[in-house]
Amino acid sequence: MSDMHSAAQPSHLTHHFDTVEQQRDSASLGMWVFLAQEVMFFGGMFLAYLIYRSSYPSAFAEGSHHLDVVLGGINTAILIGSSLTMALAVYGAQTGRRGMLVLCLLATMALGLAFLGIKAVEYHHKYVDKLIPGMAFSYPGPNGNHVQLFFGLYFAMTGMHALHMVIGIALLVWLINDARKGRFTPEYHSHIEIFGLYWHFVDIVWIFLFPLLYLIGRHAGTGGAH
Amino acid sequence: MASDVDNLYFFLLAVTAFFSTLIAGLVIFFAIRYRRRSEVELPEPITGSTKLETLWTVIPAIIVMIIFGWGAKVFLSFNRAPADAMPIYVVGKQWMWKLQHLEGQREINELHIPVGRAVKLIMSSEDVIHSFYVPAFRVKADVLPGRYTSIWFKATQPGEYHLFCAEYCGTKHSGMIGKVVSMEPVAYEAWLSGGPREQSMTARGQTLFQNFSCHTCHKPDGSGRGPALEGIFGKSVTLQTGQAVVVDENYLRESILSPSSKVVAGYQPVMPAFQGLVNEDGLVQLLAFIKSLGPQAAAPPPSTGPVPGTERQNSKP
Amino acid sequence: MSTLTAPTVPVETQEHYLNSNYGIRSWLLTVDHKRIALLYLASITLFFFLGGFFAVLIRLELLTPQGDMVQSETYNKLFTMHGIIMIIFFLIPAIPAVLGNFLVPMMVGAKDLAFPRINLLSWYIYILGGLISLGSIVVGGVDTGWTFYTPYSSTYSNSYVIAAGLGIFVAGFSSILTGLNFIVTIHKMRAPGLTWFRLPLFIWAHYATALIQILATPVLAITIVLLALERGFHIGIFDPNLGGDPVLFQHLFWFYSHPAVYIMILPGMGIISELISCFSRKYVFGYHFIAFSSLGIAVLGFLVWGHHLFVSGQSAYAGLIFSVLSFLVAIPSAIKVFNWTATLYKGSISYQAPMLYAFGFIGLFAIGGLTGLFLAALGLDVHLHDTYFVVAHFHYIMVGGTVMAYLGGMHFWWPKMTGRMYPEGWARFSALVVFIGFNLTFLPQFILGYLGMPRRYHAYPPEFQVLNVMSTAGASILGVGYLLPMIYFLWSLKYGPLAGPNPWGATGLEWRTASPPPTANFKEVPIVTEEPYEYSIREIKVV
Repeated sequence: MSDMHSAAQPSHLTHHFDTVEQQRDSASLGMWVFLAQEVMFFGGMFLAYLIYRSSYPSAFAEGSHHLDVVLGGINTAILIGSSLTMALAVYGAQTGRRGMLVLCLLATMALGLAFLGIKAVEYHHKYVDKLIPGMAFSYPGPNGNHVQLFFGLYFAMTGMHALHMVIGIALLVWLINDARKGRFTPEYHSHIEIFGLYWHFVDIVWIFLFPLLYLIGRHAGTGGAH
Repeated sequence: MASDVDNLYFFLLAVTAFFSTLIAGLVIFFAIRYRRRSEVELPEPITGSTKLETLWTVIPAIIVMIIFGWGAKVFLSFNRAPADAMPIYVVGKQWMWKLQHLEGQREINELHIPVGRAVKLIMSSEDVIHSFYVPAFRVKADVLPGRYTSIWFKATQPGEYHLFCAEYCGTKHSGMIGKVVSMEPVAYEAWLSGGPREQSMTARGQTLFQNFSCHTCHKPDGSGRGPALEGIFGKSVTLQTGQAVVVDENYLRESILSPSSKVVAGYQPVMPAFQGLVNEDGLVQLLAFIKSLGPQAAAPPPSTGPVPGTERQNSKP
Repeated sequence: MSTLTAPTVPVETQEHYLNSNYGIRSWLLTVDHKRIALLYLASITLFFFLGGFFAVLIRLELLTPQGDMVQSETYNKLFTMHGIIMIIFFLIPAIPAVLGNFLVPMMVGAKDLAFPRINLLSWYIYILGGLISLGSIVVGGVDTGWTFYTPYSSTYSNSYVIAAGLGIFVAGFSSILTGLNFIVTIHKMRAPGLTWFRLPLFIWAHYATALIQILATPVLAITIVLLALERGFHIGIFDPNLGGDPVLFQHLFWFYSHPAVYIMILPGMGIISELISCFSRKYVFGYHFIAFSSLGIAVLGFLVWGHHLFVSGQSAYAGLIFSVLSFLVAIPSAIKVFNWTATLYKGSISYQAPMLYAFGFIGLFAIGGLTGLFLAALGLDVHLHDTYFVVAHFHYIMVGGTVMAYLGGMHFWWPKMTGRMYPEGWARFSALVVFIGFNLTFLPQFILGYLGMPRRYHAYPPEFQVLNVMSTAGASILGVGYLLPMIYFLWSLKYGPLAGPNPWGATGLEWRTASPPPTANFKEVPIVTEEPYEYSIREIKVV
């Protein structure tokens, strides 16, 4: 095996890889490793949340009841839908359907923006209700401090998640642009695939966040603490 | 106790000296004995030996487990103060140590104790994390805001010993030093009763108990809105959540500062929170008072001499 | 196998990675892992000397018992910044980002790392983090200790905590990306025939390190975020007055920072395996055991963080568990030391500077590791925690260990990186100076710690002075020992004798190509058919 780049090699094969498979496998492994890192990143906040929730269960339940389950539920449905459109986009890329690819990427982006829009509405409600720590937080009753802890963690966790959504949407703009130019083919679309991995991960984080934050103590028929 | 620590230390020193001499000696010996004598010599193709690997895995494993066991034993002996240990309350703050004897004497950066008597320090911080360290006694514990930690020791000889703050706490961290002065029991009694007449901690605590109107809800016969506190220290109580907790210093502290966190089953969460209304000094006085509320039948503790103004004292630390 | 000969034409007329392109853009926009390694080399050297400068000031202040050279606040900032710079901006990146970046692709027979542009990005992220940290020093500094314990850092300190934290947060991503690159490269880009157990131990060490970089660093990142939120918005997570727990910060912080010390030592251990085998011309004794012990250290390293919290009010049960695990993590390191020593047995040993550094490493790391046992023992740690004993222990490992390994590696691979040999006499002399200076600086600190002198003390009781003076004297010698290589390495770039492809007669793919290597590393893709370190089987020519 002497020269790497015979004339038959595609142009998207970068200089340091030997084969397209190697390049694709490397990109995929790289994204999985990155996601492992993200798990640890969010994990730290989840740990802090779980510790304080077990210390102050009634205060956390109180805080949770101030969150809008309806909006949160809609957002959950939106994100799951966006994972569906993303998976369809990957399918479109794999089968060479450029139109489907672009459309599904656009749909993913639209759903992502809708998610962020609803989040903004929720954050605004909290601002009006003075439930943002550090911004004139005020909560009556003896549990005020612990409710503030709940909201501090709520904003930290959903804020970090929202930041990852924003990054994802920005990347989507770039990918949609490339897709429209026909850059992705059935042989080469690893950018779409690994972005799909990232997007699904961000979705999964929300699927953990939603019940942990919004659904404390909300058994069917009851709304109160134990 | 200090000698237990030292014995472990010297054992470890011996282990360290042995292994480092062994390794260094072997390295130097091999380096000289097998120095390159010709450019073309080819050494023996030795790749390894599972027997040796097993040997030098198992033997260190055994040695470290011995060290672990020894260290754990010494550590656990630090953890439980003897039942008759004399409690002293310590409040650390930037950048000084405030100590209160039960009898009322207060000290700043100095702790007088009698020789031959176990002393238990119950400590909290007013601000950041500090650490109470007496090298001569080989004891140390972090002093935390929001929680009580404790250590105990028994001086075996009279003398003066360094007291250091051992957790970085800001500008004058290295100035937060003092001394522990251990005295013969007679001299200690003299010191205790010399100086200005101080109210005992339990007396001060009782005053606070009245001033904050605690007695209006916490009646001795349990008829008030709160539980009776007689004999409650050290008991196990069941909370509204079903969880059982032991009434220790930390539980009492939390119940005063943030009562709605852990409400005893059968009672309403109506106790006002005293966060910000009582300082660390006041808290430990209240603690001393509550601990002194033993059941009537409890035997009095070994007497430390006439102590004016104290209530009944409980033997439980 | 290719046959390489010593250069008969001057290095300048061959094309290699240093002269293939000129101009500042070709350096700042390079994607060549070798050039990126040199970019890192320049930056970490600068940070090393800055951190060293702070250390000099600290040791000068500690010559006298009184705090009379600088104000207390300044002193507190000095030891804080010394710690942050040395750990985050020197020790964590040094070996992986300089030697690792340069050598990992070459040792696996690849043309570059898996993601060359991410490699360059990680350098820029490092520089950004460094600039932010330098900025935080310039505007006034931070005085919390590199450990940032709450509530001092979250509520009480008046210094630039968030700025310093931001610099560290940013720099952490550099570390994560380097680790990511290494993992993918080692998995996916090995040359034909290069199976896992034919990889050099340097690669195993960097693989294990990369695992830690990826899984531990994000926890530090989130801890800093939470600290910043606490400090900026008072959410209460670490404030006992608001229901929070300051000790939670310690758990989160040490969950990263303990594995971090293995990020700092594992690459050094990888270097030592290479040096010992080359300069005794022998197989590394117990190759598999050393490889697996690297992985074992990486895994166990995640389970012991609580040994920093033995006296923090943590429960006794937790203390017992962390103590057992801390003893267990010592065993793989011990295995390595025994294996390296056994490698020397019946070897053919020569004493060039890299080997002298390797000898120094084995002795000093052994002492450092053994003194860790003192601290893992619960009953003893109560006395030794937060004293100079701990300071001495970690300096033995990080300076006596990692820095020695780094210098040994720099000397060993200097001819490969630059095409020049350094002056051997001066190098041996410097190694000796470093060894002597180091021991004189840090051995007295073990005694100081046992006598009870706490860490981070600006002023101290007079009975500790003699040992402090000894330590400062040693530090001045150590400083000289570090300056000398700076000088002669730079000298060698112009005046050092030319080096051939394999001046040491070493095995390893990196020695099968020219010094300095061409940009694509190899003229032809190497095909690997031998086991590693086959010194005893065949003669490896010096060329």
